[in-house]
Amino acid sequence: MGYEPQADFGTPEVLSETIVSLTIDGRAVSVPAGTSVMRAAAESGGAIPKLCASDNLAAFGSCRLCLVEVDGMRGTPASCTTPVADGMVVHTQTPRLQKLRKGVMELYISDHPLDCLTCSANNDCELQDMAAQVGLRDVRYGYEGANHLGLGVDSSNPYFDFDPSKCIACSRCVRACDEVQGTLALTMDGRGFASTISAGQSADNFLSSECVSCGACVQACPTATLQEKAVKEIGKPERAVITTCAYCGVGCTFRAEMRGEQLVRMVPWKDGKANRGHSCVKGRFAWGYAHHKDRITRPMIRESIDQPWREVSWDEALAHTASRLNAIKTQYGARALGGITSSRCTNEETFLVQKLVRAGFGSNNVDTCARVCHSPTGYGLKQTFGTSAGTQDFDSVMDADVILLIGANPTDAHPVFASRMKRRLRQGAKLIVIDPRRIDLVRSPHVEAAHHLPLQPGTNVAVLTAMAHVIVTEGLADEAFIRERCDWDEYQDWAAFVSDARHSPEALEAVTRVPAADLRAAARLYATGGNGAIYYGLGVTEHSQGSSTVMAIANLAMATGNIGRRGVGVNPLRGQNNVQGACDMGSFPHELSGYRHISDGATRALFEADWGVSLDPEPGLRIPNMLDAAVDGSFRAIYIQGEDILQSDPNTHHVAAGLKAMDLVIVHDLFLNETANYAHVFLPGSTFLEKDGTFTNAERRIQLVRKVMEPANGLEDWQVTQALANAMGLGWSYSHPSEIMDEIARLTPTFAGVSFARLEEAGSLQWPVNAAHPDGSPIMHEDGFVRGKGHFVVTDYIPTDERTGPRYPLLLTTGRILSQYNVGAQTRRTENSIWHEEDVLEIHPTDAENRGLTSGDWVRLASRTGETTLRALVTDRVAPGVVYTTFHHPTTQANVVTTDYSDWATNCPEYKVTAVQVAPSNGPSDWQRDYDAQARQSRRIAGHAEAAE
Amino acid sequence: MNIDTLVMMANQIARNFAVRGEEAAVAAVAEHIRDFWDPRMKAAIVSANIDQLDPIAAKAIARLGSGPF
Repeated sequence: MGYEPQADFGTPEVLSETIVSLTIDGRAVSVPAGTSVMRAAAESGGAIPKLCASDNLAAFGSCRLCLVEVDGMRGTPASCTTPVADGMVVHTQTPRLQKLRKGVMELYISDHPLDCLTCSANNDCELQDMAAQVGLRDVRYGYEGANHLGLGVDSSNPYFDFDPSKCIACSRCVRACDEVQGTLALTMDGRGFASTISAGQSADNFLSSECVSCGACVQACPTATLQEKAVKEIGKPERAVITTCAYCGVGCTFRAEMRGEQLVRMVPWKDGKANRGHSCVKGRFAWGYAHHKDRITRPMIRESIDQPWREVSWDEALAHTASRLNAIKTQYGARALGGITSSRCTNEETFLVQKLVRAGFGSNNVDTCARVCHSPTGYGLKQTFGTSAGTQDFDSVMDADVILLIGANPTDAHPVFASRMKRRLRQGAKLIVIDPRRIDLVRSPHVEAAHHLPLQPGTNVAVLTAMAHVIVTEGLADEAFIRERCDWDEYQDWAAFVSDARHSPEALEAVTRVPAADLRAAARLYATGGNGAIYYGLGVTEHSQGSSTVMAIANLAMATGNIGRRGVGVNPLRGQNNVQGACDMGSFPHELSGYRHISDGATRALFEADWGVSLDPEPGLRIPNMLDAAVDGSFRAIYIQGEDILQSDPNTHHVAAGLKAMDLVIVHDLFLNETANYAHVFLPGSTFLEKDGTFTNAERRIQLVRKVMEPANGLEDWQVTQALANAMGLGWSYSHPSEIMDEIARLTPTFAGVSFARLEEAGSLQWPVNAAHPDGSPIMHEDGFVRGKGHFVVTDYIPTDERTGPRYPLLLTTGRILSQYNVGAQTRRTENSIWHEEDVLEIHPTDAENRGLTSGDWVRLASRTGETTLRALVTDRVAPGVVYTTFHHPTTQANVVTTDYSDWATNCPEYKVTAVQVAPSNGPSDWQRDYDAQARQSRRIAGHAEAAE
Repeated sequence: MNIDTLVMMANQIARNFAVRGEEAAVAAVAEHIRDFWDPRMKAAIVSANIDQLDPIAAKAIARLGSGPF
């Protein structure tokens, strides 16, 4: 489409079944009760001038431009703050109003630079539009009086500037920060003429303030006061394409605003059902990696990993790769080959990679990065509910009365959803946080958790069992729901188990370190506080009992009847943009798409008929098993699309040993990542801006990804996989990803009604989309569980084998930070690193003092697996005995320290519990120096003066 | 395959199913390994030293038979 600003109806939409009829400028208008006159006018095609109003903010009534006249009403009320009434007769254009508005605009313009022609917001400025709309032709006051024109520009933020000389003090930015983002970093400082927007304290600028750079203020600003630097540098966009963000599992939709082939800015799309017009610093601003100098755009091969890379044509690269794969298959058999799909790639690309492995390689050795994050969610929710997915849409949180947040830190990892959650909490919903760390949501502006249970890492199952004990023994279970919806006998077995005195909060307090009284109060609140909604993250899954914890969560929801309607449910917060989709697409070694086991003959026959091949009925290897088998010599070749297992997976030494043992490692990625140090073939990938396809977010929402520019490497990723398949003789002939989706729909019952045409029409669809649910399924299990009766699973607490002791007395837990994403391959190549340029180790003051450490000191972090060094950050966010770090930087390689312990059911690594010791250090370890040297050596490209980073 | 790793995995599965009682746990462990383990892993575990195995895991693995997988 061409460039049109997004429609703005002035005040938020009101949902009411009561309809009010009125007359506006002679037009008969009917709108829901509670709608403002401003919105009613805008919806009926008669926009009223405005400056301080925006339809994502509560009406404010400050600019005095939207005045109207109403028959029978005195004065000229502001239309933004005046609700409609039956029979109301409104006039929006009268000589009196025209005069008033012109007078208001005169005052604004008298203190505003008259530099429209050279202003970066020229022709995209609401002030300019309003001046034209009210017919302002001159300013009677002149421009010589006191003004703000000399105020300096704050350019401290890497992505946008703040120019107070252009500010009209409408407070939209302040209100966006308050109401939309919920950070409350901005304020209106001073009064009257001295009013200025202030980020934080008077000494702060935007960078040093608490601003999280979500961009809501920039989007809200009606002038050029807050504006993207890119617009200043490149110019006004001339077209916009709706697409889906490629960062976290929230799945925000954006308008990619373009000028020619150049991306000017990403603006959150107001009609996006996942993000409702909001964004975070990553999706909004951190897209510069797409053009980073490190990007590899030509295929490369080498015989061994000690050689430099050699750039070759696509034909040569693909022929060489196919030849090597076929040779290895001939020599060692099909089960010696495998692949890893990417949760960063589209559904269509993921589906093709698993198809290549199953139909081309001839094995089921395909896995995905969900192995190391949410595989326990897939297992646990399938066991209990019958479907490997969350139960709600994001909007559901606005109906929650009690939010139980366990093992998740949404303000950092899922920031746009966190803003929705905070909005609900400000409205009065209660919050329970179960987390070893004092995450921001425990206490932040206008949000305070009713209960924070700072449990000992590794004791999730014990805590949830103790909560169940309270609910059952105090008679708080919803027996009617359980009898109707669940297996009653199984419930009784479970209830008897959790009721045992050894599962009481008091009995388990020594293990969990959660005060029993707090735990009892939290359990009572969840069970009796109204709609109870559970949200969880990797702090649940990345444990030796990750699957048990997911099932324990499901048990709690069923026992309290908190499932099957709005405001309740079990909600896994997915890490990457397409984790849900990658799992849906048959990326696990035991399942075909739609979570159907490979041993099921009928399902296999469906695929065999469609693909024209025989499929192996036995499950394949999971990622850690692949690495074990590689060391063992029975797994020889791997195709890795869009993943960096050397940095992201546990026990780096073991991953390296596995990769090094293979005959052929094919890395298909944007950059020479850490895994590529062990690769023999590098196939350049395309960014989400350069491809068509779909992503599926954490609420099962399938959304289109649209190509906004041509791939720098010449091919979209699905085309690369297809070319490799064809080089192996498979004869694929997809001409567009929509044809791949048609195949997915043909073979997958839950996707039966999905097509690109339907997605274009609907905007997005939440699976299952089939004959029973033609428009998708925002809420699951409404009339009954997918598996029939809800299945209570007894989950016994089994302590992890990873234990602290004299040599390793502290527990390390790992996580993420707002500005960086996963292994950092994308965000480290943007300005986001200004907020987080290295991983640091959070350590409690007591533990730091015992070791003579202060913030900024280099420390040695050692476990039974390995050691690394990084700088310390002394903070009481972590409890005594617990330390925390992130894994965003390869120079730190936090996973050198993590262990091979994993979830009993899925082998999801136990990232969250590693026994460690921390000691002062002089700087990077020998291992870090050696690794850096090896990485530089490995990244040499023949004919290039310098190795790519 | 590293037999120690496989033994550790099998024992861990057995410990988590043990709460169901021996007969049900043995069946559940056998089903779990059948559903989620690659053939070479199954082949390796059936030849493991039974002394290393949790009793429930040992009985479950006996139910897998001797292959081929």
